[in-house]
Amino acid sequence: MTVTLQIDGKEVKAREGMTILEAAKEAGVEIPKLCYHEKLKPYGACRICSVEVERKGRARIVASCGYPVEQGLVVRTRSPRIDRIRKTLIELIAPTTMVDGEVVGEIKKLAKEYGANIHRFESRFRAKPTRCILCGQCVRYCDEVIGEHAIGFVGRGIERRAVFFPEKAKACLTCQACFDLCPTGKIPSETDFVVFDGFSIDDYLAGEL
Amino acid sequence: MTGKRISSPEELEQLRKRILSKRGSNKLIVSICTMSVCGQSRGSVDVCGRFKEEIRRVGLEDKVDIKETGCQGFCEREPVVIIFPEGIYYVNVKPDDVPEIISTTLAKGKLVERLLYTDPVTGEKGAKESDIPFYKNQMRIVFGNNRHINPTDINDYIALGGYSALSKALFQMTPEQVLEEIKKSNLRGRGGGGFPTGIKWETTKNAPGKRKYVIVNCDEGDPGAYMDRSLMEGNPHAILEGLIIGAYAMGSHEGFIYVRQEYPIAYENTIQAIKQAEEYGFLGENVLGSGFDFEVDVHCGAGAFVSGESTALMSAIEGKVGEPKMKYIHTAVSGIKGNPSCLNNVETWANVPLIINKGAGWFNSIGTDRSKGTKIFSLVGKVNNTGLVEVPMGMTLRRLIYDIGGGIPNGKKFKAVQTGGPSGGVIPEQYLDTPIDFDELTKLGSMMGSGGMVVMDENTCMVDTARYFVSFCCEESCGKCIPCREGLRTLREILTDICEGKGQEGDIEAIEDIAKAMQDASLCALGTTAANPAFTTLKYFREEYEAHIKEKRCPAKVCKALTSYYIDPEKCTACMICFKNCPTEAIHGGKGIIHWIEQEKCIKCNTCFEVCPPRFSAVRRISGEPLPLTPAPGTKVIREKRR
Ligand SMILES: Cc1cc2nc3c(=O)[nH]c(=O)nc-3n(C[C@H](O)[C@H](O)[C@H](O)COP(=O)(O)O)c2cc1C
Ligand code: SF4
Ligand code: FES
Repeated sequence: MTVTLQIDGKEVKAREGMTILEAAKEAGVEIPKLCYHEKLKPYGACRICSVEVERKGRARIVASCGYPVEQGLVVRTRSPRIDRIRKTLIELIAPTTMVDGEVVGEIKKLAKEYGANIHRFESRFRAKPTRCILCGQCVRYCDEVIGEHAIGFVGRGIERRAVFFPEKAKACLTCQACFDLCPTGKIPSETDFVVFDGFSIDDYLAGEL
Repeated sequence: MTGKRISSPEELEQLRKRILSKRGSNKLIVSICTMSVCGQSRGSVDVCGRFKEEIRRVGLEDKVDIKETGCQGFCEREPVVIIFPEGIYYVNVKPDDVPEIISTTLAKGKLVERLLYTDPVTGEKGAKESDIPFYKNQMRIVFGNNRHINPTDINDYIALGGYSALSKALFQMTPEQVLEEIKKSNLRGRGGGGFPTGIKWETTKNAPGKRKYVIVNCDEGDPGAYMDRSLMEGNPHAILEGLIIGAYAMGSHEGFIYVRQEYPIAYENTIQAIKQAEEYGFLGENVLGSGFDFEVDVHCGAGAFVSGESTALMSAIEGKVGEPKMKYIHTAVSGIKGNPSCLNNVETWANVPLIINKGAGWFNSIGTDRSKGTKIFSLVGKVNNTGLVEVPMGMTLRRLIYDIGGGIPNGKKFKAVQTGGPSGGVIPEQYLDTPIDFDELTKLGSMMGSGGMVVMDENTCMVDTARYFVSFCCEESCGKCIPCREGLRTLREILTDICEGKGQEGDIEAIEDIAKAMQDASLCALGTTAANPAFTTLKYFREEYEAHIKEKRCPAKVCKALTSYYIDPEKCTACMICFKNCPTEAIHGGKGIIHWIEQEKCIKCNTCFEVCPPRFSAVRRISGEPLPLTPAPGTKVIREKRR
């Protein structure tokens, strides 16, 4: 079944069960994303893909990577409110992804696009920068696509980390499928293809991460 | 199964009559809360043991029954002993008081004056529960039965008419009629969101799928709140009955009760209640002979604040990590393993049997336009009477805090009340006449939440308050999504800086930007609400933020980095009390010699301020102004010490 919705003023047809993000992509509207991957189940962690939707006259903000299309839905992928959310999110995530005073990868592009001041909260960031934004693409890809579970999350709240489990990471030596997924380039840059230095459960347990 | 199994409404009614006649109507009942942490920690078990011993000794077993119950609400005065039928109310009872209570009250019907409750405001004594303002102004339709029930004995619940609502629903109503009654009652969820219960039930009922689940949320991650625990511990059958009725209405045959690990008594009593309900035929196949089947399981979960969120809770029941997921398709449609799953709070379920028995009309007669029934609050903080209180919706905050709570202790001024748990907001004095109502509290930027209520007096710093709650959420967030994790992390640092006098120009705007992004973009309701304490303190107490940032002054004189302690030489009588109590020996002086504080050694622990006798009040806290000169060492007292 197809439904018709409106994205940024454009009438768009989409198949039922698609998400707003997918429908927008088909219609040529690019929505920024940091945790979405087409082979993976929607996750909804980065919130960069937030858009405004209007339904029966009520507006709300939703993550477009998870919100299913609906007949008559009105979607705005850019608005002052949305741009402000994206700007603040990039400003918040910048300090942990900083390498030599500069943000890296996808974050850099988004910072420019949304006019984020990457140094805004730098002086308030007192943790060790991990370069990881916990988008979970590596974790979920390894789990959902590869089926190895060689990398996973540990810890809660601001202590949350993604770590390799050394006994399982043997498979990684030949796989390395997650290397290209990482939006900040942490995995390839901190993994010398033989050992997962400074990025393993052992280091986590030793309090190094 | 044993011979206990009941297989018709008539048999249930006969059983109830049998229990009542066996107990006799003219026995005195001594009710003691021994099955709750608050009662236990204050020694109620010993008091109860002494009662049993003494009653046996004087041979009153035929005349007196002891009822060991769960929480009765007035926890601060535990051990409490209530003697029914009159409701004579003794507070702070010690084991050694027991013989006197027996010889005076139980044997002669006279009062033990010294054990009666004295009102801290009026100084009046109250002999009965109904004389005590704390109780008098409550309406305990859900919580009130706790004091008549031993939760480990199903007969107590049945004696009070328990399971008659289930019997009515199964034999006199269709599932549709039950649903209709709940919808008409306008019951809204007590777990925080205030979502209309009937509509949620209808969604689950109508959702496609053969397997449907009904679930009780007893996670209660809000650190100061314990109403769900107290209900689950003290009256588990009421929740169970509500759950079975809901299952019948929705066509569900499987249920879960999620109890946090930190609630061992609630867990034990729930298990016990399920076992007894099975024996009696309220659970299992062919409930009460109606042909309806229903089973329930208890799930014990590691208690984190976020575990109580619906998708996180359901993931945990599935055996996965208890982390929130996107739920643009409601869990009522697709919850546990993709099946329709109706999750309600403990208190919500406990209201169901009452509504079925007394009718939606009765329920609608209590409360406001859009919030019906009662709500249980855990009243804590700077208020004379703390404990669990159940009030009709629509009661004003002022009445709750002053008439039930007895106002602010030590003649201090009220400053704000924080409602809704760690992610609720603060409400200042000018809104004290707001009626308690889901929508009214939300309008003020706070919320009903699960019913936490923290009263704050004039000696509370609002920036520090925001910092405290933000820090709590920072540790309790799951860390999955950026706005919540990084927002809370950054908010905590900014607020801490402000409290430490390191606030910067632009901090208020930064807080507002972060709070807005969290509210708009977080994945679950923890993140969307966690900035409420920051939002509301900024909204109502912005000048306090400005004072901290611009003048490096804490108006409430709480923030250590911005506050100094000073002994007024005109007032000091050299009584040596602060001198002796200072943990760092920062106070100098001696007998007859004015005391003074060596600032470099002072750690601002507030001890001297607290111990200086009020009749002297010589210790002052100073913030944002230069410290007056200290007298030369060895100066003799100016003020005469009065007796
Ligand atoms: C962070 C968080 C914690 C929650 N904790 C609880 C809880 O401890 N108990 C509860 O009943 N609901 C809690 N909720 C609300 C539940 O998600 C859910 O809305 C509720 O259990 C539904 O029941 P109700 O409709 O009867 O209120 C929490 C929600 C969030 C976002
Ligand atoms: S809002 Fe907070 S608690 Fe909820 S999913 Fe995001 S990080 Fe986890
Ligand atoms: S792409 Fe949607 S939340 Fe990350």
